[in-house]
Amino acid sequence: MAEASYPDDLKYHSEHDWARIEGDTATLGITWYAQDQLGEVVFFDPPAVGTSINKDSPYAEVESVKAVSDVVAPLSGEIIEVNEALKDSPEQINEDSYGEGWLVKIKLSDPSEGDSLMDAESYRQTLS
Amino acid sequence: MAIGSDTTLLRTPLYDRHVAARAKLVPFAGWEMPVQYAGIKEEHLAVRERAGVFDVSHMGEIETTGPQALEFLQRILSNDVSKIAENGAQYSVLCKEDGGVLDDLFTYKLAENHYLTVTNAANHAKDLAWFRKQAEAFDVQLKDALHDYAMLAVQGPQARGIVANLTEAELPKRFRTARATVAGVPDVLVCGTGYTGEDGVELLIDPLGSVKVWDALLQAGVAPIGLGARDTLRLEVCYHLYGNDLMESRGPIEAGLGWCVKEDTGFIGAEAIRVTRENGPSETLVPFVTEQGIARQGNAVIGGGEVTSGTLSPSLNQGIGMAYVPVDKAEPGTKLEIDVRGRTRAAEVRSKPLYSKET
Repeated sequence: MAEASYPDDLKYHSEHDWARIEGDTATLGITWYAQDQLGEVVFFDPPAVGTSINKDSPYAEVESVKAVSDVVAPLSGEIIEVNEALKDSPEQINEDSYGEGWLVKIKLSDPSEGDSLMDAESYRQTLS
Repeated sequence: MAIGSDTTLLRTPLYDRHVAARAKLVPFAGWEMPVQYAGIKEEHLAVRERAGVFDVSHMGEIETTGPQALEFLQRILSNDVSKIAENGAQYSVLCKEDGGVLDDLFTYKLAENHYLTVTNAANHAKDLAWFRKQAEAFDVQLKDALHDYAMLAVQGPQARGIVANLTEAELPKRFRTARATVAGVPDVLVCGTGYTGEDGVELLIDPLGSVKVWDALLQAGVAPIGLGARDTLRLEVCYHLYGNDLMESRGPIEAGLGWCVKEDTGFIGAEAIRVTRENGPSETLVPFVTEQGIARQGNAVIGGGEVTSGTLSPSLNQGIGMAYVPVDKAEPGTKLEIDVRGRTRAAEVRSKPLYSKET
């Protein structure tokens, strides 16, 4: 994606992650801004299914040609699915960061945490 | 070259061109430099397959003139400076008394008693101070020529052909230089050197004329290439990067640069280096590939040693790097284990270069 985009149906964390909350589960990924800063992602190292992740703490790494970066959890929960397709095509994180480039799905341990995340407009303002 | 208005970072004469080309600009050694334009992989492959141009105007230059120019350079540079032909180029390292490396440099002989040495941006001030201190005992004049030149590297299999179309002059052969009018800009120093493993030239240009040359190159289809791809290109062919693979705490023998070190010339550091060469170093710099993941600068080699450079090779689509390892682990084919942020990654020592056209 060449142009910045921040879909309105997602929630955002200041460490440049997004969450698509559906009931007591959420899909997580990194924002357009994050992938643009990283450059071409060449490697995604997901945690195993069943791992517990904690809001505001790193849970995975994304690696671009020039650097490796931690991915911070926007919400707490247990990983129920990881995006296996990224193993072969990590560039999806750049090309479709809110779609095919999703990273993990979690079962939320505290659904009220979602209230602390930003909406698209608030997140966009943190970038300017 | 003007200082940026809202920061203390230096900008090259091509700064506006980088912005127009939508480069991602980052601070690098005190300069605001393009790290990428279209993307590191794409730019990398453009250089391997066609031609690319790098703005490397941040690199410094020191001009040495005077009756003892040769004797002086022979005293501070590791290589045999007397072997540079007129209009020739030579690679060497600059060493401290203990043999530690202060910088790695190309020196061009412009005329009798007239040399130009290209420094790494991050080391330029340090090098200049070292040159000046050592020059006190010699009848030479030194000039900080940092702001006298913009520098463009044009690299790739089509690079020479494209530059040849912009000049009437014959281009210099590898490790030679020539003066030429390029794209209507007079007195460009064309050097048959580069840092990518591809054929090509480096152009030292009056800063005022450099934009015209840049525009002509892009007009001719040359892709602008950032420092990101410069790093992946050089690492594939195992060229050293100062601050990664070379440093004051290690000498040229362990770095695998013994070929450009001629102790008999009596340069500063020669005696210490002679001892290392005779006894053998305890560690040596080796190229490696990783099975999975990418080892990065500072990662420890398990059992001793350290990664100094690491990236993804766009040509091989594999993690590559260089590391100092104990000499008994230096043989190509040796399996290494590298601690990559707490995870053990398998790696294998390879021979240089990691990439060549034939592979």
